[in-house]
Amino acid sequence: MSRVQQAFANGKAFIPFITAGDPKLEITEQLVIKMAEEGADLIELGIPFSDPVAEGVVIQRADERALAGGTTTDKIFGMVQRIRKVCSVPMAFMTYVNPVFTYGAGLFMKNCRETGIDAIIVPDLPFEEKEEVMPYCSEFGIDLISLIAPTSRDRIRMIAREAQGFVYCVSSMGVTGVRKEITTDVGEMIRLVKEVRDIPCAVGFGIFSPEQAARMAGLSDGVIVGSAIVKIVEQYGEGCVPHVAEYVRTMKKAVS
Amino acid sequence: MSKGRFGIHGGQYIPETLMNAVIELEEAYNHFKDLPDFKEELEDLLKNYAGRPSLLYYAEKMTRDLGGAKIYLKREDLNHTGSHKINNVLGQALLARRMGKSRVIAETGAGQHGVATATAAALMGLKCEIYMGKEDTDRQALNVYRMELLGAKVHSVTSGTQTLKDAVNETMREWTARVEDTHYVLGSVMGPHPFPTIVRDFQSVIGREVKQQMLQKEGRLPDALIACVGGGSNAIGLFYDFIGDPGVRLIGCEAAGHGIDTDKNAATMATGTVGIFHGMKSYFCQDQYGQIAPVYSISAGLDYPGIGPEHAYLRDTGRAEYVPVTDNEAVEAFEYLSRVEGIIPAVESAHAIAYARKIAPAMCKDKILVVNLSGRGDKDVAAIARYRRVQIYE
Repeated sequence: MSRVQQAFANGKAFIPFITAGDPKLEITEQLVIKMAEEGADLIELGIPFSDPVAEGVVIQRADERALAGGTTTDKIFGMVQRIRKVCSVPMAFMTYVNPVFTYGAGLFMKNCRETGIDAIIVPDLPFEEKEEVMPYCSEFGIDLISLIAPTSRDRIRMIAREAQGFVYCVSSMGVTGVRKEITTDVGEMIRLVKEVRDIPCAVGFGIFSPEQAARMAGLSDGVIVGSAIVKIVEQYGEGCVPHVAEYVRTMKKAVS
Repeated sequence: MSKGRFGIHGGQYIPETLMNAVIELEEAYNHFKDLPDFKEELEDLLKNYAGRPSLLYYAEKMTRDLGGAKIYLKREDLNHTGSHKINNVLGQALLARRMGKSRVIAETGAGQHGVATATAAALMGLKCEIYMGKEDTDRQALNVYRMELLGAKVHSVTSGTQTLKDAVNETMREWTARVEDTHYVLGSVMGPHPFPTIVRDFQSVIGREVKQQMLQKEGRLPDALIACVGGGSNAIGLFYDFIGDPGVRLIGCEAAGHGIDTDKNAATMATGTVGIFHGMKSYFCQDQYGQIAPVYSISAGLDYPGIGPEHAYLRDTGRAEYVPVTDNEAVEAFEYLSRVEGIIPAVESAHAIAYARKIAPAMCKDKILVVNLSGRGDKDVAAIARYRRVQIYE
């Protein structure tokens, strides 16, 4: 069983997202270890990008802070290597296609493999363009996570058929960021996936409260939360670790 | 390889949320573009609303003054709204209406594309919102008010470098939030397929007219075409009909800001590398980790870190050449054309005029240059005065 599959092996998964290097890599390192202790089943690490077009303002600001602090892809690989010495939680990178392409997709996946990254999520790399990185993902055993959106409709089956690891269900239109209500029929999206593949489905975009998380967990195999956590990091800065830990504990309980 | 490729460039690198929208757009475009009533409606608007065909003007004084090649100016500045942008916008607005969209959104740099979009939206009864970087709403304040007069809502974008690139980011974000009733009127030959093709097709009227007009006036094709390039829509519009004529040099002038050896330029071809951004593979100004570089030009319309994928391909194949032109050269050309021909060019177009000034004197008198005067310069007068440290306000 791959590490990504393990994340979904013990009931509903809670998947937190943080931006690597926000406010600095030492804190990110502590956050990953602490969130794993508090029950995070898979951790998404954002590689900051200058122009994150799929992100709302909260994660945009996190990317700006991380880049202003001198965070680079190589330094993030170094941090992952340090984390892997003490922590075996499944980890996925979330970033845009340009940082991967420009780094060299082959070298990027090789470094993922060597440092211990299990999967990669690239929101601006749709099904039609996945050959840009897929051969390298296959070569180095990195899962390329597919996203489905409320507008995907007839595309869901096509995407699900070739999906790896888990399917990332985008709960709402627009960019990342908390929403009071999620109006999309997430259950129907997931039903279409499961029709063609027995693969875990995790819901993300807009989720922040334990009640929402519990409801989404009822419809899916896991819940992804990003902006709500990044907001806590923004609020408490270098002192954010205990606050994030408490939030993760609450959310993990809510989805279980 | 996916759809919409120009060599290795182009493609559709966008969030899944937008995929069905671009697929529907491509289908709609392919369906409508050759329908007689769609073509007639567009041709009627181009003629009776935008004022096409635009003039091909023999710049006799400039020619005499430079003492070399014969210089013609393609007067896109005389179009309604003052630039070539109206050609594309009328086509896309018609398409949006036929697709049943009630609302259009667009990015703008200098404001020319925003003004054109707001104009077409007013004419066709579409709701319109424009995204413009804060730095540009400041340096092009008149165009902001112009768009508001036309009924558009203008959003001042404060993220990132607060210029054209960030306006595109924000418009894409807005499109993912409201893709069902909204069409994104992309303003240049960039972004995901099918935009580079659609915009090029709507702009190619420029080159088609030049070819006809040139054959009428001179009985032969020109020797070189010169246009400024940011994303590259006026340049591809001029070049496209001549790509198959190897005797015609195609020259794109990109914004070199303070110079390509400084970190203040937007000269993508001179200083960029292949990357994937804003939905397309092409050349971009970026660092070794793929972070998009903050770029700079005096011209808000050329202040963009990428270039359309078809230009990238024309460069790779050697069919077109791309040259850097600095702020200073552009400002001098701005003043030169005003003084010599009585035509105030947009500072974007002044980049092309500047390069014509450089090469025309060394060319034989029987050679012919066509420069695309893509827009008029009224919007830039205040900025040029600032550049020259002239106080024009109390």
